[in-house]
Amino acid sequence: MSDTLIEIKDLKCRIDNQNILQGLNLKINKGEVHAIMGPNGSGKSTLSSVLAGNDNYEITKGSIIFLGEDITEMSPEERSWKGMFLAFQYPVEIPGVSNINFLRTALNERNKYFGIDSIPAKDFLKMVAEKSMLVGLDNKLKNRSVNEGFSGGEKKRNEIFQMAMLNPKLAILDETDSGLDIDALKIVANGVNKLKSSENATVVITHYQRLLDYIIPDFVHVLHEGKIIKTGDKSLAFELEKKGYDWLKTDAVI
Amino acid sequence: MSYTEKELKKELDNKSYEFGFVTDIESDKAPTGLNEDIVKLISSKKKEPQWLLNYRLKAFQIWKTMKEPEWAHVKYTKPDFQNISYYSAPKKKKELQSLDEVDPELLKTMEKLGISIEEQKKLSGVAVDFVMDSVSVATSFKDKLGELGIVFCSFSEAVQNYPELIKKYMGTVVPYTDNYYAALNSAVFSDGSFCYIPKGVRCPMELSTYFRINESGTGQFERTLLIADESSYVSYLEGCTAPSRDENQLHAAVVELIALDKAEIKYSTVQNWYPGDKNGKGGVYNFVTKRGICGYRSKISWTQVETGSAVTWKYPSCILKGDYSIGEFYSVAVTNNFQQADTGTKMIHIGKNTKSTIISKGISAGKSQNSYRGLVKIGKGAKNSRNFSQCDSLLMTDQCGAHTYPYIECENPTATVEHEATTSKIGEEQLFYCMQRGISEEKAISLIVNGYAKEVLNKLPMEFAVEAQKLLEISLEGSVG
Repeated sequence: MSDTLIEIKDLKCRIDNQNILQGLNLKINKGEVHAIMGPNGSGKSTLSSVLAGNDNYEITKGSIIFLGEDITEMSPEERSWKGMFLAFQYPVEIPGVSNINFLRTALNERNKYFGIDSIPAKDFLKMVAEKSMLVGLDNKLKNRSVNEGFSGGEKKRNEIFQMAMLNPKLAILDETDSGLDIDALKIVANGVNKLKSSENATVVITHYQRLLDYIIPDFVHVLHEGKIIKTGDKSLAFELEKKGYDWLKTDAVI
Repeated sequence: MSYTEKELKKELDNKSYEFGFVTDIESDKAPTGLNEDIVKLISSKKKEPQWLLNYRLKAFQIWKTMKEPEWAHVKYTKPDFQNISYYSAPKKKKELQSLDEVDPELLKTMEKLGISIEEQKKLSGVAVDFVMDSVSVATSFKDKLGELGIVFCSFSEAVQNYPELIKKYMGTVVPYTDNYYAALNSAVFSDGSFCYIPKGVRCPMELSTYFRINESGTGQFERTLLIADESSYVSYLEGCTAPSRDENQLHAAVVELIALDKAEIKYSTVQNWYPGDKNGKGGVYNFVTKRGICGYRSKISWTQVETGSAVTWKYPSCILKGDYSIGEFYSVAVTNNFQQADTGTKMIHIGKNTKSTIISKGISAGKSQNSYRGLVKIGKGAKNSRNFSQCDSLLMTDQCGAHTYPYIECENPTATVEHEATTSKIGEEQLFYCMQRGISEEKAISLIVNGYAKEVLNKLPMEFAVEAQKLLEISLEGSVG
């Protein structure tokens, strides 16, 4: 199989009759880290939602090829089973459902899809212990209801913990740095780095260059009005930090 | 031989009987309609003592003067009371030879509920071998209860065998003057369950109607009387998660619980009567009066999971008469399609230092209407009494409704009454979050709903809780919109 993990071709989508993505092209290979930056309203979060299969968005053109398969019309859960993971910008609370129960259900649903037996409780708990260490997740949080009453930092850390448990091929981190203090940021970034391998890839969506000090990107893309208008290496992030986006916007018009 | 109404009238006019028709009717069904003679007929058919007949007749007189209540947030066509047959002899269910003869849809649901084949047979009326396990279990069960002096039998048996207990307690918690349907039930009740736990006895197992031998099927007008004598304990399970398809449209039961000093009664109900079809046609009307009275330091705990019936009208309540007594109400009520439920509780604090807890979780789906209606009443003498109420509503669609009608009447300044209420809609965001993690929509709904109802489900006895959880899942299949 080729090294291409995902290829997005001329993707256009809209919500409530408003066009958001307007012909987006992006190719990500195994082992790569891509950062997507851009001003507010440029379509960053839409991109992550659409990749994960949120059907609130209507795809009007283009396709998403994931591991050689067209997944443009695929359900979110099937994408998940095939290795897509989205760390949410605003992780959702599910009262009364423990973190552990939630993850066990998720893993078993995936196993069922692949025709594998449910994971034995002992192995599961061992895995939980291992992975929660990796992201420094407080022991107490594992038995609490999913994200309920978690602090902002705990929620984000929990996202990375779930990511570690599900071990995805493509992880999309949607503004995982928002609302994190510098220590929490380091822990989260550290977790992400530990999960990196030559077989998977990471997309980091962020407003700030700060996170990219800890998760070093191979590519930085600038998203504007639903299109990638510039691609560079990590130095582009520094440039953006200094100059803002306006100079690029003018370029884009030309 | 069956009667037409005309023939019946003729016979009544001729007065060719003493207490109504006694033995000369071979038909197992009374003619439709309701009048004093029908009440007499029921009583004599059951060979009841005179005082019980008088009780029925008084109830009937009162009922005639009463009006059907209209305050509940439900809409339905009122039953035609003259078009109901009020007595049918313990009819033998048609015995089927094998499960192949049973409605496949019913079997499918039972399978989903995880009910064993043997149980499936029993529940759907398939002839079962006498060596079958559950029968022998039931027998040894009865022996064990007998050793402890626990009485657990049908109401009719109790009238014959323990008339003094029935006479002493029946109607003391729910008098026939209480409300329209309680009066109707008191006049025409068919059968039901009776249970007595002697002083100081802790009933070693969950009492379930399922295990009651010689049960004659649930009638339209069931009557349950449960007495826990001083310092005794009992956990009672009513109903069944298996779907009940009952021909009877109207069900008006009365349940009375009596917890004497320091006794504890835990009463759990799982109700899954036919709710009508997807278009709101048919379905059972369930108009029930359930109430318990607590003596000194006693405790009554109601737990209910309601998923069935087209119209539900039900308020399991506690009269906290004794000092330091405790009342609890835990409820999950699910309505889907066109179902309507108006349910809740009444906590009447009379004694000092009495305590009550109300946790109500409503789940509305489809185009259904789900209401919580509850009264917390703190009497003048209920010094230092406390109540905590929490009423949550979960909406699954844009077309359903959730309503909360809490009534609080407090006549004692030392009491503490707390009420919390929330309404939330099952979030697309929640569902998407689950699905992103690889949990399919159906599974996600059941996960979210069970999480939401967890506080109540946790109060159910273990095996009941597992079934109830699956029941929620099935009741809400394909219900998000």
